[in-house]
Amino acid sequence: MTRRERYEAHQRRRSLVIASVSSVTVVAALYFLVPLAPGWSKVQQSFFNGDTLVKTFPKLLEAFRINVMIFLWSAPAIAVLGLLIALARDAKSPALFPLRIFGAAFTDIFRGVPVILTVYLIGFGIPGLGLPRPWNSPYIWGSLALILTYSAYVAEIFRSGIDSVHHSQRAAALSLGLSEQQVMRDVVLPQAIRNVVPSQMNMLIALQKDVSLLSFIGPVEIFRQAGVFKSLLANFTPYVGAAIIFLIVTIPATRYADHLMARQMRERR
Amino acid sequence: MPKLELQGVIKRFGDRTVCDGIDLTVDEGQMVCLIGASGSGKSTLLRCINLLEPIEDGAIFLDGEDISIPGLNPQSVRARIGIVFQSFNLFPHMNALENVMLAPRRVRGLTRAELQPEVEALFARFGLADRMHNYPDQLSGGQQQRVAIVRALAMQPEVMLFDEITSALDPQLVGEVLDVLLMLKKQGMTMVMATHEMGFAREAADKICFLDSGRILEGGPPETVFGNPKHQTTQAFLARALK
Repeated sequence: MTRRERYEAHQRRRSLVIASVSSVTVVAALYFLVPLAPGWSKVQQSFFNGDTLVKTFPKLLEAFRINVMIFLWSAPAIAVLGLLIALARDAKSPALFPLRIFGAAFTDIFRGVPVILTVYLIGFGIPGLGLPRPWNSPYIWGSLALILTYSAYVAEIFRSGIDSVHHSQRAAALSLGLSEQQVMRDVVLPQAIRNVVPSQMNMLIALQKDVSLLSFIGPVEIFRQAGVFKSLLANFTPYVGAAIIFLIVTIPATRYADHLMARQMRERR
Repeated sequence: MPKLELQGVIKRFGDRTVCDGIDLTVDEGQMVCLIGASGSGKSTLLRCINLLEPIEDGAIFLDGEDISIPGLNPQSVRARIGIVFQSFNLFPHMNALENVMLAPRRVRGLTRAELQPEVEALFARFGLADRMHNYPDQLSGGQQQRVAIVRALAMQPEVMLFDEITSALDPQLVGEVLDVLLMLKKQGMTMVMATHEMGFAREAADKICFLDSGRILEGGPPETVFGNPKHQTTQAFLARALK
């Protein structure tokens, strides 16, 4: 072992010991101190009730299928609409000027209004027109609200991706005689989309959580189902159960997005 | 009639004049080398010829046809004039073969199958037959630059422009790229290149143009410009470059 390796091994052992001791201390403090709070037994009873959790968990899981369903049909629509808006905002020909204005207005409006407000306005407003079934379904209009809001964000991310492709790539493609549209489709977009995959992953995770906002206009998805159980059993544990179900999905997804992001940083360096 | 002719070409970026009245004629099959310090306007001039930069004034003729008319669709001109850049600019998301086939497929309207024999022959001619399916990041600088040349040639251009194509290469890779240029010259390709490779320019070029502050200060056969430079600026530049 060289001098340097001995030093580094020593440093590693030292960091490991410090990290372990500090983690154990923090966990132990929480474990012993939190129950000392005056309201702890009540909180434990109403939020961390094992029996209630076991009893309601299967039903919550079933309700979560609605979240997944709404997510699954909204996500592709968001990807397509987001890309179209991004392209509209970069349109250069004067004939497409209205498209640019529309794209800009779209992103300004839907990024500027809280998601819940958009869900309310569209989810209650459009069925209020007296549309016949099934066109008055909150599933349709709630999903539309999510699609519009998320498209605005996703479009901006696509645009940053388009900007991230070096202009020399455009010059090289143009110099070969390709048209502006061909340059965009064959050279710029494929690179732009690849560059923004990690950021878009984060949008997907956010969308998965925001599907719960539709509960405010009707669909009995997991958050609403937990609320039903809360009223029925006079206990908040179902909310904790719902949180656990979300985490089971979102933690791996977040880790994966971080992994993609880290890999991209390495490649750029 | 010259293959390519520039008359009083002026290019400005803001209030900076980069090309200040350039006159140049290039005959069919000639190799013209543009030399001069960095920032003297060599690269910009090449980009103007390829219509990547619109010119402020003057005119550019290809086969006697004015290609610098404002508003002219540049696509058909660019398809006839190939350019290769210092930084290769291969498309990183495509392998070498796809890089080369993209423009002929889109612009010449040919299918992959139709192009296959012609493109394979090009790869083979430039010693890249076993590299067709590699992505740019799996190729050396010299290989990438040769793929970039093949990519431009696949459009069957009448004129080729080379913008300091060996400047980003390790010294031991410069030779393989310069050899490609000699091959093209032998085949009668009309070429204009900006270069810092004075030895190569002196041996291979038919004509040397020395650029200084956006003007051609001195031009002529290599023996004259290198052997007996008239201007003091040229003498000073060559003294530094040939040291």
